[in-house]
Amino acid sequence: MSILVDRETKLIVQGITGRDGGFHASQMVAYGTKVVGGVTPGKGGQKTGDGIPVFDSMAEAVTETGANTSVIYVPAAFAADAICEASDAGVKLVVCISEGLPVRDMVKVLPFITERGTRLIGPNSPGIISPGRSKVGIMPGNIHSEGSVGVVSRSGTLTYEIVYHLTRSGFGQSTCIGIGGDPIVGTNLLDTMKFFAEDDETDAVVLIGEIGGNDEELAAELIKNGYPKKVAAFLAGRTAPPGKRMGHAGAIVSGGTGTAAEKAAAFAKVGVEVADTPAQIADIMKRLMA
Amino acid sequence: MKIHEADARGIFSRYGLPIPPSRMITKADDARAAAEELGCPVVVKAQVLVGGRGKAGGVKLASTSEEAVEKAEAILGIDIKGLIVEKVLVAKAVDIEREFYVGMIFDRGTRRPMMMVSPAGGVDIEEVARTTPEKILKMPVNPDGGLMPFQVRRMASFLSKDGEVAKQIGKALKGLYEAFMGSDASLAEINPLVESPDGVVWAIDAKINLDDNALFRHSDIAAMRDDSAEDRGEADAREADLSFVKLDGKIGCIVNGAGLAMATMDMVKHFGGEPANFLDIGGSSSPEKVLSAMRIILRDENVRSILINIFGGITRCDDVANGLIEAKEKLGLDIPLVVRLTGTNEEKAREILASTGIIGADDMEDAVKKAIEAAG
Repeated sequence: MSILVDRETKLIVQGITGRDGGFHASQMVAYGTKVVGGVTPGKGGQKTGDGIPVFDSMAEAVTETGANTSVIYVPAAFAADAICEASDAGVKLVVCISEGLPVRDMVKVLPFITERGTRLIGPNSPGIISPGRSKVGIMPGNIHSEGSVGVVSRSGTLTYEIVYHLTRSGFGQSTCIGIGGDPIVGTNLLDTMKFFAEDDETDAVVLIGEIGGNDEELAAELIKNGYPKKVAAFLAGRTAPPGKRMGHAGAIVSGGTGTAAEKAAAFAKVGVEVADTPAQIADIMKRLMA
Repeated sequence: MKIHEADARGIFSRYGLPIPPSRMITKADDARAAAEELGCPVVVKAQVLVGGRGKAGGVKLASTSEEAVEKAEAILGIDIKGLIVEKVLVAKAVDIEREFYVGMIFDRGTRRPMMMVSPAGGVDIEEVARTTPEKILKMPVNPDGGLMPFQVRRMASFLSKDGEVAKQIGKALKGLYEAFMGSDASLAEINPLVESPDGVVWAIDAKINLDDNALFRHSDIAAMRDDSAEDRGEADAREADLSFVKLDGKIGCIVNGAGLAMATMDMVKHFGGEPANFLDIGGSSSPEKVLSAMRIILRDENVRSILINIFGGITRCDDVANGLIEAKEKLGLDIPLVVRLTGTNEEKAREILASTGIIGADDMEDAVKKAIEAAG
């Protein structure tokens, strides 16, 4: 088992006729993901170059294809509505790649989709991949390999960097999930750690955190109370000045809290080793899995 | 985005908060007319986009209009945390019996808007949170139902046992919530909200930070942006759709992705160097963005080498390499450029860069070490 996505994932691409949506739909098809349809309002009835049918609405797309997952590549101003539309159409997992959503939109979206039993990953997420089975997002498929390490991250390219080292050192992945760099996301570090805890195919978890908020501290608390998998961590932003937003809307040290030092201390307390460099994650894995 | 207190007062006023009248001036002499019109005493307040104005001598009380001119003179032109005061607000002063803190943020834990109130107002609320957290009442709000009357009553009575005062506080809390949601703020704060000796509640300070991602639907608020408070590089970066934070080191960094950009800075430091900046060129690393990024970094005279760390993934590295050569020529770059590219066609990219004087690197660690060495 992987978490959240697998061979049963039947995917709709929201914003499929856009530049990013179109490009990544092709990339996902090439990876082997079952992309069953796309949605762009007003462009229903067309087919993409890969032969994927385009629908006007999510309701129609789900009825016609039986999709259970959607991925969103629409402009930020329309993304909150796209998430709600997918949820209302009965999709159980929505992955929002779009970035720059107003936080106010997010706090309104979450109760709406929770009521409908939909899980959201993102926004501002690189997506989720279960190597060899399904890729839903924008990550390069070729750096991944099948295996038993679960990866959860608040970042995109930094995750690729670390996955690249894991794969080169022979540590394949069960599932890699980028939860998104915003302060408020649908699925946070803690939620994901709980999914990995229950996943038979995951033996170890790599947690890639960064400055801002206290998700990492909460994850450390979870580990303290008995976590069934081995854990290694990386923390970005040790040199970040306080009060400055470091690219991600959620990556900010404010009022002296949310620092990398605090997070590293929380991990040290519960015996989780924090790597100094991305490459070191693979070294820690070697020790943990020996 | 941060806005000036005067603008925040304007927004709060529209939502019915009790804001004492005020005038904004840029010349000390104008304080006289403002004070006469408002009626003394008045308070003269520096308008700069940093906290700690009071401690820096940027807030002064004046009991006559002549004194208001003197105080304005004393404040205009001073340096508060690197910002020169060019504008001051002259506001009607209020006698203070008690001070409260009231504020709103989005809470990451509950994933909801959250109001925070404290009877310990007028001081640094973060300090209150550290030393006496029991003096802060936090109230997450369901945005569907909005701020409920029982929540308002509970917070108001936490601040004052006087029914009449609590009623006024409650009204202010409702206004604060509406102002926060209505303007798409990331922070809205009144510190202090005060009670006068005659039992009247006033908001004598106002702070609002806006959610940058929501400015597209608030053109009136977007127009309140004051670039003068920003580093020039940071303002230019915003224009070019890049994320940039200036630091003090010698090694300029250009990276795709915020997490990787932070990790790159951390690694520079780890191996004994000092990063000159944080710079994320975003997902689609187009040649134009690389060019803008280089321009911004080169403006910093401390920079001795530039480190470019791109995890291309599905980006074609040969395209990026060609873009770099073009940028190097256009800018007449004379400081060392160290480039690490991983992704599609990375070998081809290394070949393209080999004969150009640009220093290629095998991986991130190699690139960081070479950039530190090149910076000398």
